[in-house]
Amino acid sequence: MALPKLVRREHASLPVLIAAPFVALAIAGLSNLVLYAAIGVDPLAVFKAMLIDPFTSYFSFSEILLKAGPLLLIAQGLAIGFRAKVFNIGAEGQFVLGAIFASAIPVYMPQASGAWIWPTMLVLGMLGGLAWAAITAFWRVHLNANEILVSLMLSFVAIQILNYLLLGPWKDPMGFNFPQSVMFQFDALLPILLPGTRVNISLVIVLILTIVAWFFVQRSFAGYRLEVGGLAPNAARYAGFSQSGAIWLSLLIGGAAAGLSGAAEVAGPVGQLQRAIATGYGYAAIIVAYLGGLHPIGIIFSAFLIATLYIGGDNAMVSAGLPIAAVNVFQGTLLLAYLAAATFVRHKLVWPPGARA
Amino acid sequence: MTAIEYILAGMLAAATPFLLAALGELVAERSGVLNLGVEGIMALGAAVGFITVYSGGGHAMGFVFGGLSGAALSLVFAFVVLGLHANQVATGLAIGIMGLGLSAYLGKPFESFTVTGVGKIVVPGVVDLPLVGGLFRQDIVVWLSLIFTPALWYVLKHTKLGLLLRAVGENPHAASAIGYPVLLIRLCAVAFGGLMAGIAGAYASTIYTPLWADGMIAGRGWIAVALVVFGTWMVGRVFLGACLFGAVSLGGIAAQTVGLAIPSQLLASMPYVVTIIVLGIISSNRRLVKLNGIASLGEPFEK
Repeated sequence: MALPKLVRREHASLPVLIAAPFVALAIAGLSNLVLYAAIGVDPLAVFKAMLIDPFTSYFSFSEILLKAGPLLLIAQGLAIGFRAKVFNIGAEGQFVLGAIFASAIPVYMPQASGAWIWPTMLVLGMLGGLAWAAITAFWRVHLNANEILVSLMLSFVAIQILNYLLLGPWKDPMGFNFPQSVMFQFDALLPILLPGTRVNISLVIVLILTIVAWFFVQRSFAGYRLEVGGLAPNAARYAGFSQSGAIWLSLLIGGAAAGLSGAAEVAGPVGQLQRAIATGYGYAAIIVAYLGGLHPIGIIFSAFLIATLYIGGDNAMVSAGLPIAAVNVFQGTLLLAYLAAATFVRHKLVWPPGARA
Repeated sequence: MTAIEYILAGMLAAATPFLLAALGELVAERSGVLNLGVEGIMALGAAVGFITVYSGGGHAMGFVFGGLSGAALSLVFAFVVLGLHANQVATGLAIGIMGLGLSAYLGKPFESFTVTGVGKIVVPGVVDLPLVGGLFRQDIVVWLSLIFTPALWYVLKHTKLGLLLRAVGENPHAASAIGYPVLLIRLCAVAFGGLMAGIAGAYASTIYTPLWADGMIAGRGWIAVALVVFGTWMVGRVFLGACLFGAVSLGGIAAQTVGLAIPSQLLASMPYVVTIIVLGIISSNRRLVKLNGIASLGEPFEK
């Protein structure tokens, strides 16, 4: 049997690079619709609920923007590390620590008022995520430990810290024993950006930070050093670029971005610290980062897409009876299909020259 | 029963899911492939195994289908990383997310259902020994694992197959130059890893805690991946590491029986904290890691 061979291209193919996410979406979409049909859910109803309905009302469109914010910010932070081959996959834990740090103000000062409160909470959240990621950086740089495993294990620990606080010292005394903190006071909540929706000021912050990320990756020397470290470690070492510095920088940026998102979540749509804040943004952001080609501009589109799938998945659960786990299956298939399609950016298929061979 | 007796009696069964998944991952990594999807593959094996047993297929078929589902998912991984040279880290994560999603999807109608486990096989005589007697009362899967572990060690260390696997992991180009099919060997190693992870999951959901709950694997697949590093890719050390984690995961209950008031969240995070600490201790011995590490781990092989 004549199998085609994968041959390296001389130059990376730009058309394939741009087409890859769309091909991946088509492959993931088709294979998942088959899966839905197999459990007796009408694929067309799911398709409509997932990709059409979210755009039919102002409110549901605003909910997409609301979800896209944290995904976009976390993914920008992670992508900087991934480009440098520093695999921080513990953004979920850094997000949770950010939410916890930010909540300290309204929990300990529920009566406080003033315009300083929510900005301080965001800064605290950023520091929380940064501190949590710093543990991983220390373990990697000084103890040579694998950052994938350490950052992930720290996410499991972060969830337990959250549970401990919500069942113990931070539990709302008037909360009927539910594991949640007090509802935050007005000044601890982010100002609403679009009237009549839950979209808040953090979206503007995220977009500004996206521009900063673009500048850092494309135009700054520090970004260049990180990139060389990822693509050609030996060249980076020869040029005197510090590998430890790259690991610290990558993890701290990723941790700060995730922590800030966690803070914006509790001070934004949720309005209190509760278990449900850990919904997997930190893991979904890994998919967003790759699907966006690890490029600051590409990530804007992929964050929007994954946010649409979240909102669409909720719709499909209500209107077409789709199990919520289907969204995770879809996300996993999408990333897998993208990684497979992205192979053809740098490779092409060559069929063996038939009978003469 | 004292706390020590309790831990000794339960340690091996608690260690078995870690052990089986870690040994499978060890074989895959020895061939040079890093599969980070173990957590999701275990979850899928757990769901499929549980559904099989619950539907009356029996425990043996639970292991067969659990293992095969794990192998099938790992073949998808193998196709993308071996056939298409994709990034192994990202692909492993994608497979992990898919496996967790699929397990929740398939297991949804069975949430919180239980099945009956299997009986214990006792070594007569020694089981009555003080303190260590409980070690000799284990279910059949634990006994089989105790036979399988040295057998795998022997195959890896003393047979041509084991040598071949190591050659492919250490220097795929040299192995390919003398005519060995590098990608085929890696494919088999990855499929074996998936089979073992699936079996490990099925053991967790049908015998160790015979019930289905979404998220029940709870990081055990990731700890299995960490165990391979702890064990510096050696079977004996991976076995000791798995026993340590078996003991740690029982330590909480044991501490409560002797009346220590420790917050349950602290106990629940012990396995993860211990993983982080031990990972730091072992990895900081750079010479040991370099000596036993796999030279081509995670690198795609292109001729």
